[in-house]
Amino acid sequence: MLETIDTSMIDWARAQFALTAIYHWLFVPLTLGLAVVMGIMETLYVTTGNEFWKRTAKFWMKLFGINFAIGVATGLILEFQFGTNWSNYSWFVGDIFGAPLAIEGILAFFMEATFVAVMFFGWNKVSKKFHLASTWLTGLGATISAWWILVANSWMQYPVGMEFNPETMRNEMVDFMAVAFSPVAVMKFLHTVLSSWIVGAAFVVGVSAWYLLRKREKELALASIRVAACVGLFAALVTAATGDKSAYQVAQVQPMKLAVMEGLYDGGTNQPLTVVGPIKIPQMLSFLATREASGYVPGINNILNGGYEQPDGSVALSAEEKIVRGKKAISALADFRSAKQSGDEAAAAEALQTIEENMPYFGYGYIKDTATLVPHVGTMFWAFRVMVGLGMYFIAFFALILFLSYKKRLGEINWLHYVALWTIPLAYIASHAGWIVAEVGRQPWTIQDMLPVNAAVSKLEAGSVQTTFFIFLVMFTLLLIAEIGIMVKAIKKGAE
Amino acid sequence: MIKEKFISVYRFYRDGFKEMTWGRTLWAIILIKLFVMFFILKLFFFPSFLKGKSTEEKQDYVGTELINRMK
Repeated sequence: MLETIDTSMIDWARAQFALTAIYHWLFVPLTLGLAVVMGIMETLYVTTGNEFWKRTAKFWMKLFGINFAIGVATGLILEFQFGTNWSNYSWFVGDIFGAPLAIEGILAFFMEATFVAVMFFGWNKVSKKFHLASTWLTGLGATISAWWILVANSWMQYPVGMEFNPETMRNEMVDFMAVAFSPVAVMKFLHTVLSSWIVGAAFVVGVSAWYLLRKREKELALASIRVAACVGLFAALVTAATGDKSAYQVAQVQPMKLAVMEGLYDGGTNQPLTVVGPIKIPQMLSFLATREASGYVPGINNILNGGYEQPDGSVALSAEEKIVRGKKAISALADFRSAKQSGDEAAAAEALQTIEENMPYFGYGYIKDTATLVPHVGTMFWAFRVMVGLGMYFIAFFALILFLSYKKRLGEINWLHYVALWTIPLAYIASHAGWIVAEVGRQPWTIQDMLPVNAAVSKLEAGSVQTTFFIFLVMFTLLLIAEIGIMVKAIKKGAE
Repeated sequence: MIKEKFISVYRFYRDGFKEMTWGRTLWAIILIKLFVMFFILKLFFFPSFLKGKSTEEKQDYVGTELINRMK
C-alpha cells in the first residue's frame, strides 16, 4: 500500500478535512444555540405583548443573522472533499452516506431559506404568531439539518443497517430506520445539539456582560442573561447526562476510543477514573463503561492482544487475528471478481460466503502495523479532560449566574462580567475538544473496522491537497475575520 | 390565485431586500463566498476523482484499488 499511496497525502487530506470541519463548527453551534435563545425571547414578546422583548429578540436575531450568513454553506466544502480526496470512501459508503446528506441539503435549503426570510423580512408583514412560528422553524430547520449530518457521522462510528455488495463495491442500505435512529446517532445528536445551546447561551451571557461592564443596555443585558443562563444550565445538565450515555456506548462499540481517552494501557476489573495526574476516582471508569463498579474495562494492550470477554459475551480477537480475517475478506473479494468475470458462479458463491464471514474485519486487512490501530493517546486524554472539565464549569457558571440574577446582584459584580466574557471562547474550546475526542478517537478508521484512511483516500499527489489546504486556510480565516468584525460592530451599535 | 400568491411572495422578498441596511454587506459576503466555492474551488480544485467514468468503470476502479491496497 505504501508503495502506491503517499502517506503525507493521507495526512494532508486529513488535515484539510479537520481544518474545514473546525472552521465550519465555529458557525454551527452559535446558530443552533442562538436560535433557541431568540425563540424564547420572541415567545415572551408574543405571550406578554411587551415591546421590550421584541427589541431584545430583534437584537439577538441580528447577531444570529450575521453568524448564519457567514457560516452558511461552509459545510458544503466537506462534501467537495469526499469526492476529490476520499473517492474510495465515497464510493464504498454508497447511498448510506448520500441519503442523509441529501435529506439534509433539501431540508436545510427549503426550511431555512423560507423561514429565515420570514424571520428577517416579515416583522411588519405577517402576524405575530406566524412570525414566531417562523423563528422557531428556522431553529428547527437547522437542528434537523444537524440531525442528518450526525446520522451520517454516527454511521461511520457504528456502521449498521447496510450490507456490502461485492459486485457494486458499495454498502447498500437495507434498514433505513436502523441507520436513521441508531442509538449512537440519537445520543450523538442530543449531546452535540445541546452542547451547541451552551455555546449560544455563553455567547449571550458574555455579550450581555460586556454591556454591563460598559454600563450600556442594562435592562436588555440583564434580561438576556436570565434567559440565556436558563438555557445554558439546562443544556449543560443534559449534555453531561448524554455525555455519560455516549461514553457507555463508546465502551460497547469503540473500546479503543475509550481506552485512549483514559490513557489506559492495561485494563481489568474495578478500574478507577483518572481525573488528572495521580487523582483517581475508584471504580468509576468500570461503572461508566459497564454500569457495574467491578466491571471489566479493556486497555489498549488488551484490545490489541484480545482474549477478553466482550459485552456481548464473545471472546475478543487479537489485532493480528483480525488482520488475518480482514486479508481473507479482501482476498475473497478478488476471487469473487475473478470468478464473476470468468462466469464461474460456484466459485463466486464460495468467495461471497468467505467475504460475508469476514466482513466485520474487512478494514483490518489494510493494517500493516498494529500500532496504527491506537489513536494518539496524549491528544485524546487531554481533549477529553478539557471537554468534561469545561462541561462541569458551565454547570457551575450558569447556576451561579442564575442565583445572582435571582438575588438581583448580577449588575454589581464586575469580576463575574469579565469571567462571563471569557466564557465565550471556553464554550468553543469545549465544543471542539468534544469533536477531537469523537474524531481523533476513531483513527485509523473512516468507517469503524471496515475502511481505514489509507484505503479510503484517493490516489492524489500531496501537493495538490496542500494547495487547497492553504486556500481554505486563507478563505476561512477571512470569513472569520469578517464575522468577528461585523459582529463586534453590531454589538457596539447595540439594539435599535 | 396562484399568480397572485406568487406575486405577493415575490414582493415580500423584493421589499425585504430593498429595506435591508447592514444585511447588504452580509449578502455580498454570501454571494462572493458561493461564487468562490462553486465557480473556483469546485470547478478547478475539487473535481470528482471518479468523474468521467461509467458506473461499471467506477466499481471496477474502486474494487481494484481496494484489492491492491492490501498488498
